[in-house]
Amino acid sequence: MDIQTVHPFVIFFAAITTNNILLTNFLGMCSFLAVSKDLKSSLGLGAAVIFVSTCTAPINWLVYHKLLVPYELEYLQYIAFIIVIAAFTQIIEMVIERVSTLLYLTLGIFLPLITVNCAILGCALFLVIRQYTFMQSIAYGMGAGTGWALAIAALAGIRSRMEKKSKVIPELEGAGIALVITGIIAMAFIGFSGIVRIN
Amino acid sequence: MTSIITAVLVLSALSGILTLLLLIAEFFFANYGECTIDVNKGEKSFKVEGGANLLMTLASQKLFLPSGCGGRGSCGTCKCRVLEGAGPLLPTEMPYLSDEEKTSNVRLSCQVKVRNDIRIEVPEELLSIKEFETVIESITDFTHDIKGLRFKLPEGTTIRFKAGQFANLFSRPYDDVKEETSRAYSISSAPSDNKALELVIRYVPNGMVTTYVFNHLKAGDKARLIGPFGEFFLRDSDREIICIAGGSGLAPIRSIILDMIDRGISNRKATFFFGAVSQRDLYYVDEFKAIEKAHPWFRFVPALSKDDSDHPYENGLITDVVARNYDSMNELEAYLCGSPGMIGACCKVLISKGMPEDRIYFDKFS
Repeated sequence: MDIQTVHPFVIFFAAITTNNILLTNFLGMCSFLAVSKDLKSSLGLGAAVIFVSTCTAPINWLVYHKLLVPYELEYLQYIAFIIVIAAFTQIIEMVIERVSTLLYLTLGIFLPLITVNCAILGCALFLVIRQYTFMQSIAYGMGAGTGWALAIAALAGIRSRMEKKSKVIPELEGAGIALVITGIIAMAFIGFSGIVRIN
Repeated sequence: MTSIITAVLVLSALSGILTLLLLIAEFFFANYGECTIDVNKGEKSFKVEGGANLLMTLASQKLFLPSGCGGRGSCGTCKCRVLEGAGPLLPTEMPYLSDEEKTSNVRLSCQVKVRNDIRIEVPEELLSIKEFETVIESITDFTHDIKGLRFKLPEGTTIRFKAGQFANLFSRPYDDVKEETSRAYSISSAPSDNKALELVIRYVPNGMVTTYVFNHLKAGDKARLIGPFGEFFLRDSDREIICIAGGSGLAPIRSIILDMIDRGISNRKATFFFGAVSQRDLYYVDEFKAIEKAHPWFRFVPALSKDDSDHPYENGLITDVVARNYDSMNELEAYLCGSPGMIGACCKVLISKGMPEDRIYFDKFS
């Protein structure tokens, strides 16, 4: 099957389920582990990731196909993508901070964390490797972000419930148990495989 | 070759466009105009360009809050009370603030952005730490290895310090020493003498700053000082005090005694034990004798440890002299300044005579 004929909607769902960027590629782990202690901040970070990946995916698609490819500079993609993501998050942070304090407090303060989030860079690199079209890249960006947000929300929900109800052996407290839970969620997500292939 | 040039050009163009976009966004969105920062209810006030965090903004105005991580919100040391204008508490500050601090408006200054006029409260000491470009008014040879320097502050400037505190003196590059270096020296003048500062400096063989002071500085030269610093100062109480010093450790004690005279504290008896090796190591004796004569609450006891000549002072190690002058020290308070060895030995004697450890204050040379 030619990937470019796949409907963007399918790519969106595949990016959430079968190709979840966090649970199948394990990208964006550091902020995933750090901010998943409570549901509220994990949702804020998740929303920020959805927003940034949705916006940067098409921008990076344009930079790659309209700037790097014509000049045969594909090898510069890492640097180009990183500066695009960094500049974009900076600008968005400034705008949000100015426009709404409430939005800034729930979403804006996480933006600097996302600048160095490898899930966002990974998302831009997958666009290239999988040769998505422009529309597909928007769908993939949105899907990858949503998948990441879903995973962190699931982990945060489980962790906050466990804090009240479960006893964890001291050696596994914190990041240790979070990694174990992530592994189990990832295994559960294998259940989706076979529905659709986008790579 | 062309491919390298194309790569550089394309990447520069991309960075250029993004920088331009950032600058435009900054101009429209991060431009908060001029903001006023009011410190300690009108004690100081700065007009600053808004947009940066409070820690950096204050530093640009030479008000330095302590900061371990350089403003990344990971050490929690740059706390200060923000009475107005900080906006809501951020999740990035929460882990570093206790419930009590949260309710009393304590914030992490590196996380608070200056977006409008702000009123803050910082510890008084931080406000008085300043940099002074001074001129050396005089240099006096006190003993063969101790000099007294008097630094005149710039016209119209004054310094506020607590008697007993110290200042850092900077040396300029000299001989093989290529860099500016600074060392801490206790202030020996009284806080009321606030248009100048006096320091007592003992020569340290090969010491970078003392060599500079002893071999290169002369009256009329310029010198840079930063201060005041330090937690060594007279505590408020009614207790009788005992001061013990050796060598240049006399400096802060002199400041404390002069300050007591200025402030009219005559209800506290004060005894100053000054330890030296021989008569040639004594200085300021006449001044302290005169104070002793004029103020009945003060007693000056110089002690010589190795001087067989005929002299009117006490004989023996300073610790022995102190010990034989007191039976019990339960009700006393002690101020010590000198070498770590001397301070350690004195603490032992004081504690053995019944002085509670938390009433022994010292300034250890290191």
